[in-house]
Amino acid sequence: MAALTMFEKVWSAHEVVPETSDTPAILYIDLHLTHEVTSPQAFSVLRERGLPVRRLDRTLATMDHSTPTDHDQIFGGVPIRLESARKQVEQLERNTSEFGVELIGLQSPQRGIVHIIGPELGATQPGKTVVCGDSHTSTHGAFGALAFGIGTTEVGHVLATQCLLQRKPKTFSVEVQGRLGPGVTAKDLILAIIGRIGVSGGTGHVLEYRGEAIRAMSMEERMTVCNMSIEAGARAGMVAPDETTFAYLEGRPRAPAGELWERAVDTWRQLPSDPGARFDREVVLDAGHVEPMITYGTNPGMVLPLSGAIPSSGDEVFRKALRYMGFEPGEHVAGKAIDVVFVGSCTNARISDLRAAARVMDGRKVARRVRMLVVPGSQQVKKEAEAEGLDRIFVEAGAEWRESGCSMCLGMNGDTVGAGKYAVSTSNRNFEGRQGTGARTLLASPLTAAAAAVTGRVTDPREFLG
Amino acid sequence: MEPITQLRSRTVVMPSTNIDTDQIIPARFLTTTTREGLGKALFADWRYDAAGNPRPDFILNRPEAAGCQALVAGRNVGCGSSREHAPWALIDYGFRAVISTEIADIFRNNSLKNGLLPVTVDEETHAWLLAHPGTEIAIDLETCTVALADGREVSFPLEPFARYCLMNGVDELGFLLSRKEDIEHYERTHAK
Repeated sequence: MAALTMFEKVWSAHEVVPETSDTPAILYIDLHLTHEVTSPQAFSVLRERGLPVRRLDRTLATMDHSTPTDHDQIFGGVPIRLESARKQVEQLERNTSEFGVELIGLQSPQRGIVHIIGPELGATQPGKTVVCGDSHTSTHGAFGALAFGIGTTEVGHVLATQCLLQRKPKTFSVEVQGRLGPGVTAKDLILAIIGRIGVSGGTGHVLEYRGEAIRAMSMEERMTVCNMSIEAGARAGMVAPDETTFAYLEGRPRAPAGELWERAVDTWRQLPSDPGARFDREVVLDAGHVEPMITYGTNPGMVLPLSGAIPSSGDEVFRKALRYMGFEPGEHVAGKAIDVVFVGSCTNARISDLRAAARVMDGRKVARRVRMLVVPGSQQVKKEAEAEGLDRIFVEAGAEWRESGCSMCLGMNGDTVGAGKYAVSTSNRNFEGRQGTGARTLLASPLTAAAAAVTGRVTDPREFLG
Repeated sequence: MEPITQLRSRTVVMPSTNIDTDQIIPARFLTTTTREGLGKALFADWRYDAAGNPRPDFILNRPEAAGCQALVAGRNVGCGSSREHAPWALIDYGFRAVISTEIADIFRNNSLKNGLLPVTVDEETHAWLLAHPGTEIAIDLETCTVALADGREVSFPLEPFARYCLMNGVDELGFLLSRKEDIEHYERTHAK
């Protein structure tokens, strides 16, 4: 039998109808996550055509993008101040109620960023197909699921038929040998990978992250890596499930239990790519050479080690990006004064991320004139952090401790950086205006973000990790 | 969706590489529950200054851009977020085609589902288009070619089923619903 990649195994197990030269495959979707921003127009289509949601048991809704992060607007009886956001939240409440879709609502203790709560609830499992109207759905690939972002028309297709029409993508092996050094994180690794293969290097491909460095990672670190696959142009990134995966999932509310658990694990053990499986493309990196990374431009591929200098280029788009950022070729980003620090987003707002930031902040203060916002990825993460006292470390340092949501990653809910200001952000995109009109984003790890908060400048976090 | 076979238009050129969907429509405009009226938010942060006045140097604010339905963009256009609001905004503004050497996957899919033609051309053709802003082009889905003003006809790839849907105004949801028996069969044989 031919040696297969993990992607090929998951793909073929979900072919309702295989692709032909004339028609794409009809692919079955096991788990459909949905949220307030990219679903309203899809529910409208169902209503117009008199269609029900085909599989309520495979559909889960929550709200995260436009929701406020301050306590009063969620729990204090104060209406959501941003009127359009309030209407969008109310529309999701109406749509889910009318169609019978399960909603993890605004005040639910299970609410959070959709890509954080799927795994947290154990709904994300190896071998599943997972989609959501959000490009960072690639996060769920950390479990060996085939998970990718879709548009709103496709959200409607999945609601109505539990299927998507898809052409089979190509495969791309990203092998990371060796181990990351102390103070070098999964975020630094994925930024280094994007810097290496480029922001469109993964277009048309599903990435599979392999190798010793990936195997050594926790599930939360693997999620950070898979999350930013889309930033390399790949719709999906996958990591083979192993004992780390099973240990993470066991006992979670929506994971199989008892005899079903044993059977599921047996099935999941068959998923990893077979020895000798061929990938369409391959790249190999050495984790030992990765340093703490920081972006200097307006896409995630414009990235440097903290020790490095901004390159020069005759390209007008490159120069325009540097003008936007207020940087010159040859300069070091390290040492630059910053205004805002954001620890949050589906990339880096899980408990281990908050612990990492707190480790640097403990007993220290946020620098004068710097605003630091810490937004847990979910209410569960928030609760866990509070039980460990991480909230006190942040608050005593002078940071703002918020309710969960996407928040300043994209500024939809009014949490923005400010025009012309520099933000060191643990999020995933440094596009122009991503964190609010005129905002200048420097993407980095939670450790680097916390170090910048303390010094008020872009700083190598290893200085704080004795 | 209206069937589309041909598009004849002058071009607007935006040579920037990696034009992401946050530029095409910034996130603050996504708190909408409909798909209409997003043209006014298209490229909002490039089109308007902080006071909301049109920036005279931005291409869409110049008289020669009026009425153009084809946008020629730098490599890797449409990268980033999955927001379908990006093609909705382009279409509402009046665009019917986006031409580049590389078009990001999700943006391409979303465009096809709304009748916005994603046209991937070779480097040489792209360079010529960048150098000739405002040139008249003719896109033909029958032959999957773009005819240029210098007489050349260059072909572009288009997934056959997407092409069929565009040319016949077929919506994919209707097609999926027609395969209900296959879906039911799959659900019966893959019980979990």
